[in-house]
Amino acid sequence: MRPFTYSRAASVEEAASTAAATQGARFIAGGTNLLDLMKLQIETPAHLIDVNHLGLDRIEPTAEGGLRIGAMVRNTDLAADKVVRRDYAVLSRALLAGASGQLRNKATTGGNLLQRTRCPYFYDTRMPCNKRVPGSGCGALKGVSRSLAILGTSDACIAQHPSDMAVALRLLDAQVDAVGADGSRRSIPIADFHLLPGETPHIENALKPGELITSVTLPTPLGGTHVYRKVRDRTSYAFALVSVAAVFAKDGQARFAFGGIGARPWRTDAADAAAPSGAAAVAEAALTGARPTAHNAFKQQLTARTLASIYRQKGA
Amino acid sequence: MPEPLTRRGLLQGSAAAAAAIPVLGEAQAAASGRPQSQKEQARMSAVGLTVNGREVHLQLDPRTTLLDALREHLHLTGTKKGCDHGQCGACTVIVEGRRINSCLTLAVMHEGDHVTTIEGLGTPEKLHPMQRAFITHDGYQCGYCTPGQICSAVAVLAEIEAGIPSHVTEELDRVAFSESEVRERMSGNICRCAAYPNIVAAISEVAGQGTGKDKA
Repeated sequence: MRPFTYSRAASVEEAASTAAATQGARFIAGGTNLLDLMKLQIETPAHLIDVNHLGLDRIEPTAEGGLRIGAMVRNTDLAADKVVRRDYAVLSRALLAGASGQLRNKATTGGNLLQRTRCPYFYDTRMPCNKRVPGSGCGALKGVSRSLAILGTSDACIAQHPSDMAVALRLLDAQVDAVGADGSRRSIPIADFHLLPGETPHIENALKPGELITSVTLPTPLGGTHVYRKVRDRTSYAFALVSVAAVFAKDGQARFAFGGIGARPWRTDAADAAAPSGAAAVAEAALTGARPTAHNAFKQQLTARTLASIYRQKGA
Repeated sequence: MPEPLTRRGLLQGSAAAAAAIPVLGEAQAAASGRPQSQKEQARMSAVGLTVNGREVHLQLDPRTTLLDALREHLHLTGTKKGCDHGQCGACTVIVEGRRINSCLTLAVMHEGDHVTTIEGLGTPEKLHPMQRAFITHDGYQCGYCTPGQICSAVAVLAEIEAGIPSHVTEELDRVAFSESEVRERMSGNICRCAAYPNIVAAISEVAGQGTGKDKA
């Protein structure tokens, strides 16, 4: 790791203003992704602001009948929360499908939203990567791209978004609550939080410099049957090749979000609208505009088959 | 009686010999969190921990992971460095009652925390039931991953007891011990010797669920 200085923030406002005012500052929460990247010198912060002690570790109901999840709530605690298990089971399931027990004990809600891609070209500092070094090119376009995205990609970047949790939050229409460097507060719809790579794949989310995620807010529960199906190379402790989050209502309507295939957690209105027509129709709608490589074209069929399996299991 | 010859004793001997040579690689010093210069000294951070019931106070380069603090500064070398990237689980320790990868956390982030390492679970004279079960069931071959496996296993049983669900829990509200639960929950601990069936048997025995041998 490159040398850095370390401080503990005393309040969320102080954390945000310090981050904006300090060259090369980064927040550190669970650290499971950031420290990994710092050891590889992919991330080289000059200063770390520890945001673990700001009282952001609570889960509480909102006045609107939803749920507010503090940004420092650990993945284990969120998945095990009684209300989440009962009313937002797809979120519990997505969290439990990710990482290992040790990592879930550390990883946070806010940090999970900000985790970087697992594209091997992002991780290999000898290779060009527009996300790691803007303008250096993309090693993945003509490289080994089996694990990478088929939707939302650009000529500058075909990295996949790695999170399971964020797929469930996208399905649930969560809001990301943040405090700015000037102390102002705002909520960002999850649909607008993660950005497509376009020409600027190094800009991954809508946060402004210094802005700190304080909580994630879920709307009122959807009811229905919750499913999170993850397909991967091992049965445990591996990133998704394809994952599908779904909530089925009694009347045949459903909503879907996808992981492993998109440059960000993937959801389309057309796929939701196709729900009553069955798995094949949902797959076709979800995969419209896919730009697969020779290595990851299989993800289209795998998505369709994963959906078919979900429909079969629920007896629809 | 002469001191018994041990691998650790031999390694310590050769490390002492190496330390007598006054050129310690900078990278090596940085990796172990030892200060190199006045500038480095100025960046040192104080941290107080309770490790295996003993209060300790350290001055550390903020880059020092909890793993390196345990091994290089407190000389608790039971906790192992495998991949150093949170992928293998060899560094698993229990902090504030929860198992974590000690390689993926900074020591300075743990001010005031209680840490339990393999040395704190039991001693050769008074083994923890999980340590004894690993011996009984031959839950290791080379043994390098074993301290992490055992710390993880102790915490896994506590997690099941606390009703924390896993990926293989069929109904999120009904958490119960099973071998498939053990396999899923232990997936963050890699064993290159593939002692997995015996590890499952050892954990099953401690959980009071028989030897597990029949299904292993």
